[in-house]
Amino acid sequence: MTHEASALAVAVFAAFVGLTLGISFYMGRKAKSSEGYFAAHGQIPWFVNGVAFAGDYLSAASFLGICGMIAFYGYDGFLYSIGYLAGWIVALFVIAEPMKRLGKFTFADALDSRFQSRGIRLAAGVSTLAVSVFYLIPQMVGAGVLVKPLLGMPHWAGVVIVGTVVILIVVTAGMVSTTWVQFLKGALLVVFSTVLVVMILQRGFKKDPDADAYFATLGPITGAWPEAALAHPHFGDARLVDHGGAWLEHGALHVEYLQDGQVVGAGVFNRRDGEQQDTFYLDVAQAVFVAADGTRTTLGGFTTDNEQTDDVTHSPLEPVGRVTSLPDSADATGPVGPIEFFSTLQNSEVVLWGSRQIAEPDGGVSTLYYQKPTPGSHVLRPGEHPRFQGIRSDKPLDKLNFLSLMLALFCGTASLPHILIRYYTVKDEAAARKSTIVGIATIGFFYILTLYMGLGAMTSGAMDVTDSNMAAPLLARSMSETLFAVISAIAFTTVLGTVSGLILASAGAVAHDLYGQFVHEELSEYQQVRLAKIASVVIGALAIALGILFKGMNVSYLVGWAFSVAASANLPALVMTLFWRRVTAAGITAAVIVGMVSSLGWILLSADSYEKIYGLPASEALAPFSQPGIVTIPLGFVVVIVVSLLTQKQASAE
Amino acid sequence: MNQSRNARIGLWLCALYIVLYGGFVLIGAFRPQWMERTPWMGVNLAIWYGFALIGVAIVLAMAYGWACREGAPGARRNQPTAPDDASQEAPQ
Repeated sequence: MTHEASALAVAVFAAFVGLTLGISFYMGRKAKSSEGYFAAHGQIPWFVNGVAFAGDYLSAASFLGICGMIAFYGYDGFLYSIGYLAGWIVALFVIAEPMKRLGKFTFADALDSRFQSRGIRLAAGVSTLAVSVFYLIPQMVGAGVLVKPLLGMPHWAGVVIVGTVVILIVVTAGMVSTTWVQFLKGALLVVFSTVLVVMILQRGFKKDPDADAYFATLGPITGAWPEAALAHPHFGDARLVDHGGAWLEHGALHVEYLQDGQVVGAGVFNRRDGEQQDTFYLDVAQAVFVAADGTRTTLGGFTTDNEQTDDVTHSPLEPVGRVTSLPDSADATGPVGPIEFFSTLQNSEVVLWGSRQIAEPDGGVSTLYYQKPTPGSHVLRPGEHPRFQGIRSDKPLDKLNFLSLMLALFCGTASLPHILIRYYTVKDEAAARKSTIVGIATIGFFYILTLYMGLGAMTSGAMDVTDSNMAAPLLARSMSETLFAVISAIAFTTVLGTVSGLILASAGAVAHDLYGQFVHEELSEYQQVRLAKIASVVIGALAIALGILFKGMNVSYLVGWAFSVAASANLPALVMTLFWRRVTAAGITAAVIVGMVSSLGWILLSADSYEKIYGLPASEALAPFSQPGIVTIPLGFVVVIVVSLLTQKQASAE
Repeated sequence: MNQSRNARIGLWLCALYIVLYGGFVLIGAFRPQWMERTPWMGVNLAIWYGFALIGVAIVLAMAYGWACREGAPGARRNQPTAPDDASQEAPQ
């Protein structure tokens, strides 16, 4: 699909960036000391801090990734919403107040409060960097996703723009400007998401009357594949495009239509098994062809009209996302209530889209996008996404991915360094507590909206079949161009807010925790702030590079990994420091290192990494399932306990 | 002590939430067909339970805030944090 830039979107975005940078430069004068730079002098009002929590936390992953996943697979994306919010319970009830009491600028401060241990500072500093960089990748990818429709620029341009603006925000005023940017963004995101959901409910569900023209189904056809298919009258004047048999093996047809010996059009079809044996349907599909030399062409539905383009065998991809049947055979529901929204969808049928890759004999790769007619009751239950299909399996091992991810999400929030540093921006423990409560209410409300937005997008008829991350903005476009401009600009601002927090957390770790362990000289406040600013620029540049490298991965997926690493490395050490008297510095250090290395290693050896990063067959992966949390989080606890018990004597002798 | 009292309330509420969340995760993993049932108003258990987890989180958070408020029975006024001095924090 191609997206045209919208002048209004550019204007709205430019206004946001201008306002954001204006705030930064204005605030920059107040943030000269390290106290001001890292913790905004502890002067942020609790309510503002609470909304800023939401702005910090509701990243591009929440907004783009979750909505996209729900739009393409249904309920499964909402599992992330539930897990992300549940994590805040740990943050509020267990971590918030001690964090504020024990620390000053960074997560390592709290961890190291009982000891003055070089090991803890080093380990916590490195883990802060690792988690933050991991978390940065999906944010930057999200920026690249947004820039295409917003400014009409390529992926890398979006990544560079966000990187540059964020570096400016963080370098000018550190935590002060970061907080206000996050407050602004958190508030806007929740307000406009609410507007969008109200419009979704007002619109209700509608069958697309034109869809049958594009997405016809042939059949049922009885007989052998592919002879019976080609014998269908539809292919009377058509010839099969030769792909060396690769397409036929994958149950797909690519045909060219002929008229008087001239090629006048083309189409792709996908075989779908019928209810009876030996019968099947042929659904019109869409395809992206990437030739061996990298040339990309697409074929969306049919081409039959050769007036608009000389190339009759290719056409832009058609937008997807439709309802094929509604309760009581209605054509449209009209406005629906928030509960009726689900009960209506429950009894409808929708068409989801799957994809599979076909290796061409000439070295190119084609991706076939095919229709999956799905009952509404199935999109409203967990387990449709390939990652979660294991819950319907009889094998216990298949269920572990789901259990592991839900555990990592629960434990991950309270271990994210960029969230934890926000506890230092308020004046006392009571303010830390109150701001967390405001954060939970704001974030919880937003997550409820994600389910409406995702399902609204699923049925909007505006989805880009190749890019699940675009679901929310395209949903807005299906309502109005103005809303699209505003939502896209907010999503872009969303990236700015979260990335600022991440870079600030990383820079704090470098300047405050790591640098001093290697260079034994006291830094003045001015030097520490300058060092943090240099670190911000370096990490920002790194984030830009990674954002370009990881183009095309679903962003909520990458965030799941960041949560696993955070939960495994930081949570066991943090909880045991707070609640176990016999913990030792060696125990904490070991837990952070083991948790970080084991979870990172597991992820890099998992089937998902093999398939999506290295391009190797998933079956060769060494890790038995993709999500490490269920093994590595308990491992962190075991390590902190065992190592602490082993080092008791040293501790008491000191 | 204010600190330990808050911590105790917090741990109890956290345990309560873990039970609710754990129930959701375990049903999802081991009895996924229960999630498809529509117990009320034509909406299935997956959605009711998911919304309930979010709603309960907000309610528990507010209850905690209320229980820990300054002047609550057994609570003491919070000590203001000591003024910080950045130079003391420099690495050794």
